[in-house]
Amino acid sequence: MIHDIEYETMPREALESIQLRRLQTTLERVYASVPFYRKKFKEAGIVPADIQTLEDLSKIPFTTKQDLRDNYPFNMFAVPMDNVVRIHASSGTTGQPTVVGYTARDVQTWSKLMARSLAAGGAGRGDIIHNAYGYGLFTGGLGVHYGAECLGASVIPVSGGNTKRQVVIMRDFKPTIITATPSYALHLAEVAEEMGVSFESLNFKFGVFGAEPWSEQMRQEIERKLNLVAVDIYGLSEVMGPGVAIECHEAKKGLHVFEDHFIPEIVDPKTLEPLPYGSAGELVFTSLTKEAFPVIRYRTRDITSLNTEPCVCGRTLVRMNRVTGRSDDMLIIRGVNVFPSQIESVLMDIEDVEPHYQLVVDREDNLDVLTVNVEVGERGFTDEVKGLQRMERRITKNIKELLGVSAQVKLVEPKAIERSQGKAVRVVDNRRI
Amino acid sequence: MQVEQISVFLENKSGRLSEVTAILNESNVNIRALALADTSDFGVLRLIVDDTQKTISTLKNNGFTVGKTHVVAVEVADRPGGLHEILTMLHEAEINVEYMYAFVRTSGDNAVMIFRIEEDQKAVDLLQSKGVNVIDGERLYSL
Repeated sequence: MIHDIEYETMPREALESIQLRRLQTTLERVYASVPFYRKKFKEAGIVPADIQTLEDLSKIPFTTKQDLRDNYPFNMFAVPMDNVVRIHASSGTTGQPTVVGYTARDVQTWSKLMARSLAAGGAGRGDIIHNAYGYGLFTGGLGVHYGAECLGASVIPVSGGNTKRQVVIMRDFKPTIITATPSYALHLAEVAEEMGVSFESLNFKFGVFGAEPWSEQMRQEIERKLNLVAVDIYGLSEVMGPGVAIECHEAKKGLHVFEDHFIPEIVDPKTLEPLPYGSAGELVFTSLTKEAFPVIRYRTRDITSLNTEPCVCGRTLVRMNRVTGRSDDMLIIRGVNVFPSQIESVLMDIEDVEPHYQLVVDREDNLDVLTVNVEVGERGFTDEVKGLQRMERRITKNIKELLGVSAQVKLVEPKAIERSQGKAVRVVDNRRI
Repeated sequence: MQVEQISVFLENKSGRLSEVTAILNESNVNIRALALADTSDFGVLRLIVDDTQKTISTLKNNGFTVGKTHVVAVEVADRPGGLHEILTMLHEAEINVEYMYAFVRTSGDNAVMIFRIEEDQKAVDLLQSKGVNVIDGERLYSL
């Protein structure tokens, strides 16, 4: 279902002219009100009037996470604090958190984009939404919450944690939509099973999962265990929060970016040159309607590609493909680039392997050693030691074939790998360079 | 002729084994036989107990990965050559033994060996046809 037919199915020429107009307005504003941007533009020898076409965007310098950290907490806000009605901070999985702000209109825009997202994911007015994203400084919980209310659905602000109680709520309130991180969804499924609550007896139709990268295989696992159709949602607090892009449940092939509010670009992470549609590279966003915290050519460090093929759902918005990894949770092991999501694909492809794993990287005698801890569940457990060893060897072999890196596999007990209520900690890097 | 054996996956961490025995102690379960197969990273603990069902649920509730298998309990003459005779019978019939271990108690004057054999029915029939006594679960747990 399309929440905002006018903008989500707008013809490209009309969309692009709206983008250009909004871009120029945003550039004038940040040049005038944010010292950080004015300084950056001056250093690059440009003024907002130099941007006359969408292609001219590439004349503008990039903004990075470090820039946000350097301006902590409020120095990149474009409006006086009096106009800021909400403050959020990123979850900081890779370092110091960054702080973002919203005016009343920003909150309204965000709610509308989240309503669009939930609708694309299959939700509508009559739905009951079980929102298991964390409420607080993290943008996930409140993002979904306001979007649900804007859409007209009934939102249950469950937040994260208290998993047993969540299962009771699911059993008693019978929500039809669930929103959570993919790793938490699987944890919920585990606990529900332990409590004797089967997802076949629940009423879930759709689930909107995000806040961490997850593989196609993990989607199939979630759909099977939770008995629903699962879609991916994308966002980052620096740009707005969740709701920057959403997968439509009709196609489940890429996430539509809300281009009337954000301009996506793909650039080569090393040369920073813009790449054509279809090429994989680093995703960069420029906000078009943010008032309190606009971002200009913000490097997300997420790796993906853009797809302009028409979509069966009818939306004309460009799609970004599944994020395969961030350029900074990429590991380099003996010179080989490895993304945890790649290891996940390998594990999920092997029958009987549970989706609970963790990568541990050590340096021994000057060489990198990768150990993959994999939990042994009922499915994978065989009585014979040789059966378990066979599983270890199979995992090692598949990792070697697919990624070219040798990994030691360590089978561990169920729950040995900590369950997180937010993003799963997939990597423990013990190396000190 | 079925004897139920419980297998438990154990990480090679100190204290794991004693956690299992603590749990069994609390549930008043009596271990009849035990064998521990180990590799450098993990072990598989095999148990024959007097209450298989209770043991499985208690261990599962405590977060262990538990499996159940069928094994064959055989009376073996308690003298040099006793075991060799049994193994020869199995070998000649091309029946493969996965693993085996001794049972704590004796059956009259005989020792008791526990065998894990893939083709267990075939093995039971063969041994019985050669006059070897195969002990069933009920009797074994109460020896």
